[in-house]
Amino acid sequence: MTVRPLTRPAAATAPHEIHARLAGVTRTYGAVGGRGGVHALGPVDIALRRGEFYSVIGPSGCGKSTLLDVLSGLSRPSAGTIVFEGRPVDGAVPDGVGVVFQEDASFPWMTVRDNIGFGLRENGVDAAEIGRRVDAALALMGLRDFAAAYPPQLSGGMRQRVCIARTLVMQPRLILLDEPFGALDAQTRLIMGDELLRVWRETGATVMLITHALDEAAMLSDRIGVMSARPGRILAEIETGWPRERDSRIAADPGFGAVTSRLWGLLREESLRAIGAQAPAGADRA
Amino acid sequence: MSRAGLVRTAIVVAAVAALELAARGGLLRAGVAVPPSEVAAKLWSILRAGDANADLAETLGNVALACGLALVAGFSLGAVVHGLPRLRRALDPFLASYYALPFFAFYPVLIVVLGIGRLPIVAIGFMFAVVAMMVATLNGFDRIPRALPRTARVWRMGPVRTALKIKLPSAAPHLFTGIKLAVAYAFIGVIAAEFIMATSGLGYAIAYAFNNYDNRTMYALMLLLLGIVVVVNGVLHGAEQRLLARRRAR
Amino acid sequence: MPTRLLDTLLVLAVGLLAWQGVHWLAPDAVTSPAGTVARAAEMLASPRFWPHAGETAWAFALSLVFAIGGGLAIGLPLGLHRFSAEVGEPILVSLYSLPKITLYPVILLVFGLGLSAKVAFGTIHGLVPVAIFAMNGVLALPPVYARAARALRLSRWRTLAAVLAPAAVPEIVTGVRIGFSVTLLGVFIGEMFSSQRGLGFLLMNAIGLHDVPTMLAIILMVGAFAVTANAALLALEHRLHHRPA
Ligand SMILES: Nc1ncnc2c1ncn2[C@@H]1O[C@H](COP(=O)(O)OP(=O)(O)O)[C@@H](O)[C@H]1O
Ligand SMILES: [Mg+2]
Repeated sequence: MTVRPLTRPAAATAPHEIHARLAGVTRTYGAVGGRGGVHALGPVDIALRRGEFYSVIGPSGCGKSTLLDVLSGLSRPSAGTIVFEGRPVDGAVPDGVGVVFQEDASFPWMTVRDNIGFGLRENGVDAAEIGRRVDAALALMGLRDFAAAYPPQLSGGMRQRVCIARTLVMQPRLILLDEPFGALDAQTRLIMGDELLRVWRETGATVMLITHALDEAAMLSDRIGVMSARPGRILAEIETGWPRERDSRIAADPGFGAVTSRLWGLLREESLRAIGAQAPAGADRA
Repeated sequence: MSRAGLVRTAIVVAAVAALELAARGGLLRAGVAVPPSEVAAKLWSILRAGDANADLAETLGNVALACGLALVAGFSLGAVVHGLPRLRRALDPFLASYYALPFFAFYPVLIVVLGIGRLPIVAIGFMFAVVAMMVATLNGFDRIPRALPRTARVWRMGPVRTALKIKLPSAAPHLFTGIKLAVAYAFIGVIAAEFIMATSGLGYAIAYAFNNYDNRTMYALMLLLLGIVVVVNGVLHGAEQRLLARRRAR
Repeated sequence: MPTRLLDTLLVLAVGLLAWQGVHWLAPDAVTSPAGTVARAAEMLASPRFWPHAGETAWAFALSLVFAIGGGLAIGLPLGLHRFSAEVGEPILVSLYSLPKITLYPVILLVFGLGLSAKVAFGTIHGLVPVAIFAMNGVLALPPVYARAARALRLSRWRTLAAVLAPAAVPEIVTGVRIGFSVTLLGVFIGEMFSSQRGLGFLLMNAIGLHDVPTMLAIILMVGAFAVTANAALLALEHRLHHRPA
């Protein structure tokens, strides 16, 4: 069977129309009583093109989640501006943005079906439409047999699929995912990556995927932003040049090795810095 | 019944049997210890004659009222204070030492303010129960995974909707602890107030029997109270288990 | 932290204002904060006050020792043995929620008037929460701790002393803090009904004489003691939980 698209089809887009833009964005945590807090991010400039698959990769603790927070409007940047679809984002999540968090955010007190439909109900979508969209999402995420189950009865990977489905039914035009496959085993990651690619193609949404896995970024993305150790800045943006029709088998492409080795070349130094292998650990925190 | 339940029952039965033997064998001072069988017989006759019905109804009504008010107020207060971390930290030492205050001493004050009757008794039960619920709400809200309220923000839900539809169910297991404590504390507060100062209710009836050297009636009423507390606890425990069952892995 | 202290003082100030407000509404029922403090100062200056305070302190100290010692002696072994905990927990919880004031006649019949009755009364109040928290503190330890200790080939005793007990200490301290409060309450109630000495006795006297200033002064002093002691225990607890104080 063919699955109904979950997102409004993308309008015919001019090449490289900017969908969201961060300009000079920084974020500092907890500067209290005059003492400087943790400078977690930036300054960062990123321009997301409408309909592209953009990944952000960087060593742990470099500010990736912080970047997602400020881009989604969950927190305010300390400096800089964020624009989504021509309107500034300031401290509230704009309509059309969906977020999948790093942590499991499924509601343990609701069935899988109710979890997926919850956001639609809260936004006053009528019941018939909710039913249609939830059914489509269940099918797409391979959760049809588990619609009546409660999340604690599912594996971590299935719970994360519930969270992705819950985001997709809202038909977001920009989907932000924060290491959504972090808790999964390697094979499941590959399969989930393929599913994400399919969703991306079918919905025409813009995707920003945050990850710390080289191969994941190389495999899935049109473009990859490589971040430095904290405070995270964009060191380089790499165009992969993959065709839109693609899946994890792209790893066999001769160009794949070139992309990953380029990424690792940029990241090795930063990862060493992040774990304090060169500078004494924590010296920059005091 | 589970194995643990069987062992527990056996322990309780053995304890009661030991008390019975000790009381009958004269090991305990006569008059102090009445054999459990006689206490049960006395309770049965009291229940059959309906002597305690009015007091019992009054006490249960007071407890229900105090507890209901405390649950609503305690949850609301907890939810609001949780959103104000500075206020919360400032309140902490007061909340922590709240249960050391001898509330009953406020009873005369409450009578002047609220008049004679059930209101001051309900007020004491409420004062006892409300902070337990508030503290449980604070603890429960502390343990809500960060991603859940953030999800609510992505859906642009307001603070009240988020509290009722996300935070309340997420914190439900902890809130249940609060409910159990609030029920217990409402009982403790109401019975204690009746015991000390009232002229009706189960607590008063126990004090009255004691003052008239009617130990048999006193023990019978205490047994009745114990039975009620155990039954109420059992019902709450069962409801809690049903709630938790769903949330556990297979 | 200074902001923290400021916030606490602010809460205190709001509380005092509310108290003053109630005093304006019902001047006969509620003495003003200033009047209450004045009465408390008067009592503190009076030589007749101190024997009562000493009596209460002594009874409280004894009760606390029994409550904590007994609570740990019951709670820790139960926590180490899951099945025993399953058997014991509902019994402990039922005991906790039993209105203990009704046991007061029994205590009086057994111990008679005097120190032992109020110590017994304080102990039965505090012992159960200490036991419940100690039990749950040990039960809630991640099983990986015990397995790690086995992997390090620690003896049973070392496992308990070096791994499990320190890991459960924060929960145990929470239980002790709650036990502290309710033990104080228990001693107080004991004194109100079964004693001719102690602050509880003074309070009961004041209630009988409708001497509102003395009543509130005693509650204020006990409350101040409880809040101070709890703030100290709370600070210890925060440190043990490795949370910012
Ligand atoms: N709420 C916060 N308060 C203070 N520091 C924070 C907070 N959140 C994150 N940080 C710090 O900011 C840095 C970046 O964090 P994060 O964005 O979560 O990194 P990443 O997602 O790349 O692992 C880290 O050093 C982290 O300790
Ligand atoms: Mg992160």
